[in-house]
Amino acid sequence: MADTTAPLPAAAKRRRPMADLKKQPGFNQIAWGCIFILYAPIIVLIAFSFNDNRSVVLWTEFSFRWYVEAFGNEGIRKATIVSLEVAAVATVFSTIFATMAALATTRTQPFKGQTLAYAIINQPLMIPEIVTAVSTLAFFSLIKQLTGVNGIGYLMLAHTVFCIPFAYMPIRARLEDMNLTMEQAAADLYAPPLQVFRRVTLPLLMPGIVAGAMLAFVVSLDDVIITLLVAGPGETTLPIYILGQIRRGITPEINAVSTLLLGLSIAFVTLFFLLGRRRK
Amino acid sequence: MAEIADTALSDNRLADAKRLHEARATRTRRFLLSPAILTIGIVGLFPLTITMIYSVLSPGTYGGVTWELSGEAYIQFLFERDIFDDTLTFSGSYLQIYGRSIGLAFVTTIGALLIGFPTAYFIASKPREQRNLWLFLITLPFWTNLLIRTYAMLLIIRDEGIINLSLMGIGIVEQPVSILYTDTAVFMGLIYSYLPFMVLPLYASLEKLDFRLVEAAYDLYANRLQVLRRVIIPMAKPGIVAGCILVFIPGLGAYITPELLGGGKHLMIGNLIALQFGSSRNWPFGSAAALILMAVVMVALLVYIRNAGKEGARHG
Repeated sequence: MADTTAPLPAAAKRRRPMADLKKQPGFNQIAWGCIFILYAPIIVLIAFSFNDNRSVVLWTEFSFRWYVEAFGNEGIRKATIVSLEVAAVATVFSTIFATMAALATTRTQPFKGQTLAYAIINQPLMIPEIVTAVSTLAFFSLIKQLTGVNGIGYLMLAHTVFCIPFAYMPIRARLEDMNLTMEQAAADLYAPPLQVFRRVTLPLLMPGIVAGAMLAFVVSLDDVIITLLVAGPGETTLPIYILGQIRRGITPEINAVSTLLLGLSIAFVTLFFLLGRRRK
Repeated sequence: MAEIADTALSDNRLADAKRLHEARATRTRRFLLSPAILTIGIVGLFPLTITMIYSVLSPGTYGGVTWELSGEAYIQFLFERDIFDDTLTFSGSYLQIYGRSIGLAFVTTIGALLIGFPTAYFIASKPREQRNLWLFLITLPFWTNLLIRTYAMLLIIRDEGIINLSLMGIGIVEQPVSILYTDTAVFMGLIYSYLPFMVLPLYASLEKLDFRLVEAAYDLYANRLQVLRRVIIPMAKPGIVAGCILVFIPGLGAYITPELLGGGKHLMIGNLIALQFGSSRNWPFGSAAALILMAVVMVALLVYIRNAGKEGARHG
């Protein structure tokens, strides 16, 4: 109330340029602090993976020693192959399913059951992973008991399920950015629906599909909880192997393998980011 | 007359064609949706029913269940059964684990909000070209392996970790400060794990903030704190609620963080459940514990939906 009668110079002083108006005190520092919190541990881990010392505490000399040892380790090699196999299969199926689902749910009139379809596709994001993990374990063990069929297929199936929503997101986003004019033009030129899809829709959608596949791959590669419970003997993935090693004690070898896995995820996501930027 | 008949006919034909088109569209849609819906429905949702059934059965000797109806899992949750005379005495040890988990998830949510909100606001106030880079930096850890990030956290907070070495190096402390295997360590790990989940939805709502409103508030002699409290925070409310849910739910079900940073003594719900399906070999109790966790999550989601509904009603 008192402010409204304040003298003019004070009011003039309050009017600052727009950029300054947006500022809130301390927010700047907190944002940088946030980046620091997120990256400091990772950077320490990466740095010490190149340290030529067993103690993992003091820095002595730069070396690739632990990488060489990691590559020579039979357990790590096996786990890597299992991880890549599972991730590859889960990526292929989840991306195909997600692409089909995205085609059905975007650019259409609202249809009956649309909300339900969204809810089902996104359910792996709503239910805590541990609950999904134990439910899946219970389900699979029941099936194994009834049919006697074992194998890595179960693990691949479980991964496919939680990869679908991650593959679905970028594909749907891409489809929503595409309008129907191209497809309509093709149809006007007497292209049958399947040809329209193959020659027009699919090529235009490709960046979204690639992005979705990359996210699915990264998510599958990183999974711990579901894999830990569902995987049978001999189906140890790389994260499960690393978890087992950490429980036994910290070695520089784990740092090296972790750095490699980290690097792989970062490479994929960076590619995803650049792909998205080029599109705009 | 002929003209009228003609239009009537074509109207009819048009309606027929439309119906045919719609029927075909529905068929195509069903075909396209079925693989995703069936896979998730059968492997992702249906097993929840099995968990429900398992929770009222008896445990098998070597894991699994025996098909004998029993409410023991739920009784065990609240009471301890005496081995000799079968009497039940109330025991709060499992409730305590749930209490601790809810508490830790709650504190983590508040902490993530206090760090995440300024960060999201800072990003939203940046010029457009810089925003993408910042968002990328926030998102990147989200996509990297949670286990490895938790392990990295363990490396720096343990007694011989960088934090303690630097503290002792400067001479602030003589003995290393024991952080690892405490609730503080779990809290730090949870914040570190789920911070991106908070920043991203907050950014999504702050990005839409019309800064002319902020300017108008300043013109009306509001100070910075008032602008924040009366203009910016109310506008960001949907993002705040979404961010809190996205941190709270995975925080509540966390497994890796308490496993690595909490040690054996600081169990959370996730570890309790996993333990029952592992070395404890009590699947019914594990199933019951998982369902109780689901119930807590449902309550949180209902709060969210009610909030979102109100928000929608106000704007719509």
